[in-house]
Amino acid sequence: MISIDVYSIVLPLLLEGAMVTLQLLVICGILSFLMSFIGGFSRLSGIAPVRWVSGLIIEFIRGTSLLVQLFWLVFALPLLGVNIAPGLAAIIGLSLNYGAYGSEIVRSSIQAIPKGQTEAGIALNMTPIQRMRSIILPQAFRIMLPSFGNLMIELLKGTALVSLALTSDMTEKMMQMRNTVGHDTQLLSLLLIAYFIVGYAVTLLFRWLERKFSAGRV
Amino acid sequence: MSVWDWEFTFADVLPQLLQVIHVTIGATIGAFAFALVGGLILALGRRSQKKWISWPTYGFIEFVRTTPPLVQLYFIFFVFPDLFGVALPAIVAGILGLGIHYSTYLSEVYRAGIESVPQGQWEAATALNFSPVQKWKSIILPQAIRPVVPVMGNYLIVLFKETPLLAAISVGELLGTAQSIGSSTFRYLEPITLVGLFFLLMSYPASLMIKRLELRLDLNRK
Repeated sequence: MISIDVYSIVLPLLLEGAMVTLQLLVICGILSFLMSFIGGFSRLSGIAPVRWVSGLIIEFIRGTSLLVQLFWLVFALPLLGVNIAPGLAAIIGLSLNYGAYGSEIVRSSIQAIPKGQTEAGIALNMTPIQRMRSIILPQAFRIMLPSFGNLMIELLKGTALVSLALTSDMTEKMMQMRNTVGHDTQLLSLLLIAYFIVGYAVTLLFRWLERKFSAGRV
Repeated sequence: MSVWDWEFTFADVLPQLLQVIHVTIGATIGAFAFALVGGLILALGRRSQKKWISWPTYGFIEFVRTTPPLVQLYFIFFVFPDLFGVALPAIVAGILGLGIHYSTYLSEVYRAGIESVPQGQWEAATALNFSPVQKWKSIILPQAIRPVVPVMGNYLIVLFKETPLLAAISVGELLGTAQSIGSSTFRYLEPITLVGLFFLLMSYPASLMIKRLELRLDLNRK
């Protein structure tokens, strides 16, 4: 059994790492949300080159593995003379990756809105921006929410990868502890439970958002 | 020494990476085969009428889906020897870890497929006095799996791109090899770039093929 004083060493470290994990989750969550919209709108753009270039970037990011990208940013990029802090590299890597996946969510949700809605907007003499803002997006957003909830869980799981690329998150802290105090079973169980608690909180948050945004609708 | 060394790329890095491609591909196939079977078991367990089967199954699926595969790999690799007294070879632990993680995803895919089989098919099986095994084997599963094949294909690609994780438990797959080339030569740029390109070259055509498959399956149904 793990003794009480080991917990008193482990828990503060776990919380310290959890703060890093939470920061990554919030910062990369917001950035990838913004990038999803930029990417999604670019893929639907009326200007063909914008569509092609954004499609190319998104497929490139989705096609190369996240961990490989993180390694590239942390270990290979400095050799090209670009030195960025590992934490910043982690933020860039995670945001780009989940932003690329999110772009597909935005694109497919907007495309899922029936054509009649756009036509109604045209009939009401709305500008394209008005149509998007007051007709298409409010409806598409409700379709996007559950997928964004899943994406945030994927992002949370992705943040564990930064422990392999020189960022000291929850996982890295526990693996470090493992080397000094042992107790693999307890440490790793604790770590899994910690991730589950954060993940469950994210799930509850998105369930609440879904209820809030569908209030007063069928 | 230039920034990108072509000779180093072709003479040193490429041959070494080609030697371990089979590890990445083998791990992908092994984990996916495990997930195909495990996913079906989990999907059936979740549908069970018995609450003592369906609830724990649901809890297991949610827990595994919400926690990082990397930590699950560590758990299997480091904790299993403590619990059961058997040290698993890294590759086996890796296949098991990714296999279990993706079982939970595939269980949802199976569930969607099973739920899409029309009510009349279930009733027909009952009317023909089929045993539960006959019913699932000859009526429900063939119809449930067909429409979800493209979704399964997409998960195969996602799983493939997740195999670099195995480097963390010292499996000598592509990324692990690239890293060790990097640490012995101090040149990370070429090996890691090549690994990224390799994943792109494999996964992008595969995803195009799945898109075509999706269209074909769709046309045949009409």
